[in-house]
Amino acid sequence: MLGTLRQKILGQSLQRTRSAASALRSYSSAAKEMMVRDALNSALDEEMSADPKVFLMGEEVGEYQGAYKISKGLLEKYGPERVLDTPITEAGFTGIGVGAAYYGLRPIVEFMTFNFSMQAIDHIINSAAKSNYMSSGQISVPIVFRGPNGAAAGVGAQHSQCYAAWYAACPGLKVLCPYSSEDARGLLKAAIRDPDPVVFLENELLYGESFPVSAEVLDSSFCLPIGKAKIEREGKDVTITAFSKMVGYALKAAEILAKEGISAEVINLRSIRPLDRSTINASVRKTNRLITVEEGFPQHGVGAEICTSVIEESFGYLDAPVERIAGADVPMPYAANLERMAVPQVEDIVRAAKRACYRSVPLAAAA
Amino acid sequence: MALLHLTSSSSRSNLLKPISAALSYSPSLRRSISSSAADDSRTFTIETSLPFTAHQCNPPSRSVDTNPKELLTFFRDMATMRRMEIAADSLYKAKLIRGFCHLYDGQEAVAVGMEASITKKDSIITAYRDHCTFLGRGGTLLEIFSELMGRQAGCSKGKGGSMHFYKKEAGFYGGHGIVGAQVPLGCGLAFAQKYSKDGTVSFALYGDGAANQGQLFEALNISALWDLPVILVCENNHYGMGTAEWRAAKSPSYYKRGDYVPGLKVDGMDVLAVKQACKFAKEHALKNGPIILEMDTYRYHGHSMSDPGSTYRTRDEISGVRQERDPVERVRKLVLSHDLATEKELKDLEKEIRKQVDEAIAQAKESPMPEPSELFSNVYAKGLGVEAFGPDRKELRAVLP
Repeated sequence: MLGTLRQKILGQSLQRTRSAASALRSYSSAAKEMMVRDALNSALDEEMSADPKVFLMGEEVGEYQGAYKISKGLLEKYGPERVLDTPITEAGFTGIGVGAAYYGLRPIVEFMTFNFSMQAIDHIINSAAKSNYMSSGQISVPIVFRGPNGAAAGVGAQHSQCYAAWYAACPGLKVLCPYSSEDARGLLKAAIRDPDPVVFLENELLYGESFPVSAEVLDSSFCLPIGKAKIEREGKDVTITAFSKMVGYALKAAEILAKEGISAEVINLRSIRPLDRSTINASVRKTNRLITVEEGFPQHGVGAEICTSVIEESFGYLDAPVERIAGADVPMPYAANLERMAVPQVEDIVRAAKRACYRSVPLAAAA
Repeated sequence: MALLHLTSSSSRSNLLKPISAALSYSPSLRRSISSSAADDSRTFTIETSLPFTAHQCNPPSRSVDTNPKELLTFFRDMATMRRMEIAADSLYKAKLIRGFCHLYDGQEAVAVGMEASITKKDSIITAYRDHCTFLGRGGTLLEIFSELMGRQAGCSKGKGGSMHFYKKEAGFYGGHGIVGAQVPLGCGLAFAQKYSKDGTVSFALYGDGAANQGQLFEALNISALWDLPVILVCENNHYGMGTAEWRAAKSPSYYKRGDYVPGLKVDGMDVLAVKQACKFAKEHALKNGPIILEMDTYRYHGHSMSDPGSTYRTRDEISGVRQERDPVERVRKLVLSHDLATEKELKDLEKEIRKQVDEAIAQAKESPMPEPSELFSNVYAKGLGVEAFGPDRKELRAVLP
């Protein structure tokens, strides 16, 4: 046990030094690298192995090995009764998944991207999220809806929306957003084990990224708590909240800010609903400045909720207005230059942090 | 005008097939019966009023086996449902029931006939016209009236309302407000039954209005591909809210709409026909996958308590169906003609039912409204100690256990 404890501390301190020296990817023997895709695959595999009630359904999850290869090898291992290829009918198969959850099975419904979840959103909200409440606890819905969310690269307006804010608004749902491989494993396992409907928002561009994972993370019993954010990098001058791919951007921004004498604390939200308000507020009470970062549309977004939460609970501690960095308020354009302007970049986060620190920033020419 | 079309088209005459054909029986069974008819273990055979019409399958026989106990139970159960719905009408007008209230009177034979052919291990899921379906699954009058009035003794502890009754331990999965959503959910129940190798089936009930929903066909396609033991039951009462079936469906032959999925058209006002069809469907579904049953039925009330139900159909049509096809009257006539009980015994039974309903209502009125803390209960099965907020979060907040 002491061995694991030491491993854990070593792993954590390694993660911190790692973040500081981001280019350096080779370590001591305590850490191994794992791609997010493999992290998700291993989580699915382990949970399906542990509980025969868990099954996976979605488009191309079986014979195609998964549209993004997340479910690779699972059909071969668990057979067609537990890994089910569906027709392209989200409303129908999502309803079937929720009905199976009513009966007591533990379905994982994959959306090829969450853009397609809009075809099934009635079942996610009205059939899944609200049932435990309406039935006063009789019908719980232990289902996971998972798949890539948000912008990819060059896929255009109908395939690039982020649904975190929409789903996180809904009581009865839990909404998780992993960033690293540790997040992917721990949060997906937690989601599958959870008795409530969980919306699990992955990111296509993160699937191929590798992250260090400790032995603890690789253990089949590993699980992360739902509703707890992670401080990816400690700091004292400004708090930056982010989730999914933007965590990586926030960490890069923190590097740049450090060179200019601004120490940024980066919070990886991990859980959008429940939102870890206490970690966010504790951080803002320490740094007195807040930047929220997200890829999705700005209006009524996750940042708006975080800003209000901080104003409600920690107004007196703020030394500067809360800044929010979000996707542009337009449908996602295709042209590469416009697409780049439509999503947050590292320099946007740096600029906002400097503004919050009252460092002079050259004004952009009025459009 | 819609009403003119009704009087001239065949649809009106279809609704008013007389029940006299049901009264054929073997003369040798005529004998005087005391009130121990319920213990009588004779079985006899009764013909359904109409033959079944089949699509892509061979229909079951019109001859239905039954016995005195069953027929008396049919009468009692349907009369209770009838009385219950009429009482709910009064409670709604007295403003003790709020919001939506969709009544089932006229359709009782579907709920009762179905129960006679299945067990509580089979599953039923329906839409919002669910009071009688819930009663059929073993729900009590107290649970029903309490839920309708939003009280603690309600089946959903007052948190659901008229459209959200559930009884999971008896295989009743609600009670759903979104038209058509219950069909894929029902197919999901069947998926789980097959996955668990339970040897049971699911009945997914929907109306003629919901029959045109895309998600129904999506779920039916998957059910047929995966051979799920699901029975889709279209309770065709010929009106989707205020829209007659011929105005909503290019093809109102709902039992045929499954195309490659077999179907059966059933006289939904004949409880024995319903029982026979459901028995047939269960056997079929366990062996061959999905099947559609179209129950030709009728609702006396409008769509809900906000709908008088007379702007899109004539009063003559309503009273005509009541006269010619009422499901409770049909069973009364069967019971009397087979000497299973006297007229007086049946009238006394109805008085007893009325008393039971009145007592349940009185008891339900005594049940308190939910505690304020219930506002925040059951949001999650596992609340993780998270905070939830009321309208003014500085005033009202709670920790979810």
